[in-house]
Amino acid sequence: MARMKFICDAERCIECNGCVTACKAENNVPWGMNRRRVVTLNDGVPGEKSISVACMHCSDAPCMAVCPVDCFYRTDDGVVLHDKDVCIGCGYCSYACPFGAPQFPSNGTFGLRGKMDKCTFCAGGPEVNGSEAEFEKYGRNRLSEGKLPLCAEVCSTKALLGGEGDVVADILRVRVLARGKGSELWGWGTAYGKPAAPAPAKPQGSKS
Amino acid sequence: MRAAVMLMLALALAACSEKPQQVGGNDRSPAWDGTKDGFSVPGWTAGDRASWQSQLDARAQNQNEYRRIGTTH
Repeated sequence: MARMKFICDAERCIECNGCVTACKAENNVPWGMNRRRVVTLNDGVPGEKSISVACMHCSDAPCMAVCPVDCFYRTDDGVVLHDKDVCIGCGYCSYACPFGAPQFPSNGTFGLRGKMDKCTFCAGGPEVNGSEAEFEKYGRNRLSEGKLPLCAEVCSTKALLGGEGDVVADILRVRVLARGKGSELWGWGTAYGKPAAPAPAKPQGSKS
Repeated sequence: MRAAVMLMLALALAACSEKPQQVGGNDRSPAWDGTKDGFSVPGWTAGDRASWQSQLDARAQNQNEYRRIGTTH
């Protein structure tokens, strides 16, 4: 089964923000919100890296786990989407997401938070594919047009890869083998941490 | 005169119409069912998951310059 994923190659990202601009334009994202943004890690330190971050469509998505109204769902191709008609704008997903993907409109009166908005992998939402209602709420549905997310397709250095997980992982692997470095997937490890080392065995006979 | 006023009222009120809204579209049809918006790319068949998947995989290879340009290194 296909699992749609983003991978950002930190060795290639030049922080041009083309992906951010493309996303905003393609999905008509309102002022004050960015579904995608470029983050620089260790800014100013020699060896700094930039990565483009949005919803990573986690296989075990924490936003889905904490949503009190269960507005999230995962499509058959592994894209995490949400239903804005169900969302109550509580913001729990925003606290749970390690990537800061959930966004909230800030133009409401009295600090009203409004419905959550996030990257849809250009897959729209629960409305009819390609309908006007879907575009107004969620943006373009490029997947149903046989296309990949515009942020990845527009990336000038092809740092941001989007598509079926095995395919994009294969593309990155070829690059890493060719250049001999840069196999770290910045973003995933930073957000979720690396697997913990096994605890040292306790000496026999010691008390806990 | 009355007819003119009625016509003006009808025209003025015509601007008050609003688009129909529907709560919870909940269509959730899979992406491989395609769309009728006219922006689909050719090369795959709507409703056929395998052809949709192969279309996306082929398109993903446009991100692979080692294959796109045809060099190994």
